[in-house]
Amino acid sequence: MKRPQRIAFRPLVRVWSVLPRPSAASLPDLIMFSGGLALFYGIVEVGRNWLGPFTPHVEISRSLGALPVYAGYSLLRIALAYVLSLLFAITYGYIAAYRPRAERFMIPLLDVLQSIPVLSFLPGVMLAMAALFPGRQLGVEMGAVLLIFTGQVWNMAFSFYASLKSIPREMREAATIYRFNWWQRLIQVELPFATIGLVWNSMMSVAGAWFFLMACEQFSDFRLPGLGSYLQTAADNGDTRSILLGILTMVAVIVLIDQFVWRPVIAWAEKFKMEQVESTSVPTSWVLVFLQRSRGVALFRKRAIRPLREQMVHYFARQDEVRAESASENVAALWLWRVVGIAALGASGYAVVRVVMILTGLHGFEFHQLGISLLATFLRVNLTLALGALWTIPVGVAIGFNPRLARIAQPLAQIAASVPATALFPVVLLVLIRLGGGLGLGSIILLLLGTQWYILFNVIAGAMAIPTDLKEAASVFGIRGWERWRKLILPGIFPFLVTGMVTASGGAWNASIIAEYFHFKGQTYSTVGVGAMISAATDAKNFDLLLASTIALAAVVVTTNRLVWRRLYRLAETRYKLEG
Amino acid sequence: MTEPIIRAQAVEKFYVQPDGNRIEVIAPVNLDVEPGKIITLLGPSGCGKSTLLRILTGLSKPSSGEVLWHGQPITSQNVGVAIVFQSFALFPWLTVLDNVEAPLEARGVPTLERHKRALRILDTVGLDGFESAYPKELSGGMKQRVGFARALVVEPEVLFMDEPFSALDVLTAESLRNELLELWLSKKMPTKAIFIVTHNIEEAVLLADRVIVLGRNPARVRADFPIELSHPRDRKSPRFVELVDYIYKIMTQPDLALAAPDATAAAQKPARQKYQMVPHARVGGVTGLLELLQDRGGKEDLYRLAEVLIMDAEDLLPIIEASVLLGFITLNEGDVEISAEGTRFAEADILSRKTLFRQAALEHIVILQQIDSILHAKTDHSISQEFFYDILDEHFSQDEVERQFETAMNWGRYGEIFDFDRESHRLVLAEPVSEPHPPTTTPVQS
Repeated sequence: MKRPQRIAFRPLVRVWSVLPRPSAASLPDLIMFSGGLALFYGIVEVGRNWLGPFTPHVEISRSLGALPVYAGYSLLRIALAYVLSLLFAITYGYIAAYRPRAERFMIPLLDVLQSIPVLSFLPGVMLAMAALFPGRQLGVEMGAVLLIFTGQVWNMAFSFYASLKSIPREMREAATIYRFNWWQRLIQVELPFATIGLVWNSMMSVAGAWFFLMACEQFSDFRLPGLGSYLQTAADNGDTRSILLGILTMVAVIVLIDQFVWRPVIAWAEKFKMEQVESTSVPTSWVLVFLQRSRGVALFRKRAIRPLREQMVHYFARQDEVRAESASENVAALWLWRVVGIAALGASGYAVVRVVMILTGLHGFEFHQLGISLLATFLRVNLTLALGALWTIPVGVAIGFNPRLARIAQPLAQIAASVPATALFPVVLLVLIRLGGGLGLGSIILLLLGTQWYILFNVIAGAMAIPTDLKEAASVFGIRGWERWRKLILPGIFPFLVTGMVTASGGAWNASIIAEYFHFKGQTYSTVGVGAMISAATDAKNFDLLLASTIALAAVVVTTNRLVWRRLYRLAETRYKLEG
Repeated sequence: MTEPIIRAQAVEKFYVQPDGNRIEVIAPVNLDVEPGKIITLLGPSGCGKSTLLRILTGLSKPSSGEVLWHGQPITSQNVGVAIVFQSFALFPWLTVLDNVEAPLEARGVPTLERHKRALRILDTVGLDGFESAYPKELSGGMKQRVGFARALVVEPEVLFMDEPFSALDVLTAESLRNELLELWLSKKMPTKAIFIVTHNIEEAVLLADRVIVLGRNPARVRADFPIELSHPRDRKSPRFVELVDYIYKIMTQPDLALAAPDATAAAQKPARQKYQMVPHARVGGVTGLLELLQDRGGKEDLYRLAEVLIMDAEDLLPIIEASVLLGFITLNEGDVEISAEGTRFAEADILSRKTLFRQAALEHIVILQQIDSILHAKTDHSISQEFFYDILDEHFSQDEVERQFETAMNWGRYGEIFDFDRESHRLVLAEPVSEPHPPTTTPVQS
């Protein structure tokens, strides 16, 4: 076997040594190079737009040529929010995992934040950000990014935290006994160990991000140029051709992200699996192979990344020695933490006082109205869940039990599910209005559209996970019909069903904000519900009511999560888990 | 006498409970690690020997007492030790070479020298040519060689090994042990002392210049003696067998007062009445042992028994202890003999065995007696699990409480003394056995 190349140490990295030599440039390199150029051009264009003046009513062109630009804008927002989320998640998870005092409140807080329906903050956040950057498009753009961020960051943070907590003890001890400094720990132990969890959670988060983004882009006064507003405008004008093109672009973008981002990342992350022996079926990606073959990439790794890594390693090793010599307790850092803690406490105390003051200023009838709205939305959400479960359980089990059916149905369902429900809202509404239905029925269809997939995919996974010997045992003992469902299938899929329902319930509450109240063709369609109340309060600039209804909504969701879903979840984890 | 490299002075580990009650895990221990020796630390499973190793390396702080490194208090920065782990603890995302280089990177060793040292050490442990492989491509033995290489590359003064061979198959373990000895005897490494934690008695006698035997609950030094046999040692030699037998005898007789060179440990009086500790054996194990003994004429040498069963001390000892506790066997000078009750049990059918087991358990096992009497006293014949956790909490550490409870559950269910409802976490009195149909509520675990 070949010995690894000795690394020549180079203190300075010259840019041209990184770029491919023209004579040696192969096809992969050319493509990568032109990609870089395109990126640069895009940045300039976006900068010009975002730093430009605020346009309250963005004109959305329905021309075919505008579609790629809109798709690009949507993608950029997703990407920005994702990078933010990743950095935040790593920081949050790191602090929570290593500071027991912070951990005590950071983890419960994470649980609450994760269950709050983010879309209920959409109006508030947009108003605030527009006020923060007056007269600039940047404010509204940042508002959208911030909102997507709050929608996707929590599960990533929790995943990173949980990974850090589950690093095997002996691996940690090895790092300690061999004197790894914090940097070496981070890049050689913690990040690699957490990578797989982070990748899967990132995929889920980004899928959710599309849902929020579409809602943001369509949001009444602060519309943003993007795929969401394109579809809305197309539906507004009843333009079937544009609607179809828009949806097609949407699907194409999602498929491309899958092929060019997630697949390669998953294939690459394979090396971080904690397995003792090599597994037989390894995920592959042609893009990853392509990148690994590119000479430009190899050169970049050799000339830029490795020397940089070496320098970092030596820098932190020296730092550690210095710190070891002056092994005094870091008093300044301790005080900094105390100050931060006290400031956070003070700020939240002030916020609570303000909120109480605002809430006491509300009228009695408004509370009455709020109660009715909450009840209406509660019933609507749960009716949607019931309807969703009703059709997805038989269908999901049928697909899960039949491998041949699964091969055909699963990719189709995945594509259908990948289109964010919010993108389809205007289209569905158009159809409903043409058929003469109102938003009362319409909102349930809209909610269903957004949530049924979670249940379906989990049921399929659950049905597939039922071991063959259990199925055979059931048929040997003549258990069939309803008895088979009661004794075998329902208990078998229960943990998966609960997981699906929990996610679906969160999604449904979120979607209710936009499903119950909609501007369409110059008219406002609405139905009774807390989502409608939030949107109406925004339109009427009644901020006290907006605050009250947002808090009430969040409180109801958090309470149901604690009282119902978490208990079911625990039951599923303990009693119905199929252990190997 | 030579100056010790590491000196532990009255190190002790305990947990203080909210009510101020102390659960002692390691009783005060004095221990010196001197240069020029292989020291093995033997003890039953869960006795705290790994904890002691972590205290000696500075990874874990003792609750009281002090560990000195060349006379100075030990810190993570001044100590020149390395550890070889049972689970190898390699980083699966780094190549073999990167794994071995990582400790040098942490010390800021320049790139070229780092490569050179890592390659040289890989050569020494016989991993030449595997530099760019990932750990998952290697067999268990190869992985542990990487573990050795990573430990040796930092040129530790003391090399600690925590059950280094117990995750390997018998043949691989044997050959790695020999290679380690060869490296040590030929002085190919700058290491001055090796400290091995193990539960394998033969391994200890094979390698050690000095053997320390730990007792359990709390861990304390029960024996500490030198082995002066010359290398290579012959497993069949009378002296070797004698030593193995001797250690078996110590380990199977927890209450036997042996030469404890350690004055503090001997002087230490237990703070309160010791609660009976149930050995972690399953009823199936006890049944199997009794049947085998009966088969072999009712009497057998412990060492032979371990050989016949192909079990090492860690797995066999709890079963022996449980059988002794239940009055099914007696131990005498390393010999196991089946008792009258034991014979009756071994010859009975399944249902009578349950009755016999229940009688024995209720006669000898304190926790089961307590459960039984409380369940009978209460009108609803049920009691929450927490109640017993609270009783056990007074005497054992958190993990031990759970293991004690699990074992009590296994025995109590088998003997149909009570049943345990996982949903409500309550113990309920079992249905009487004399029902015409066999009870279905009591799963028989073995």
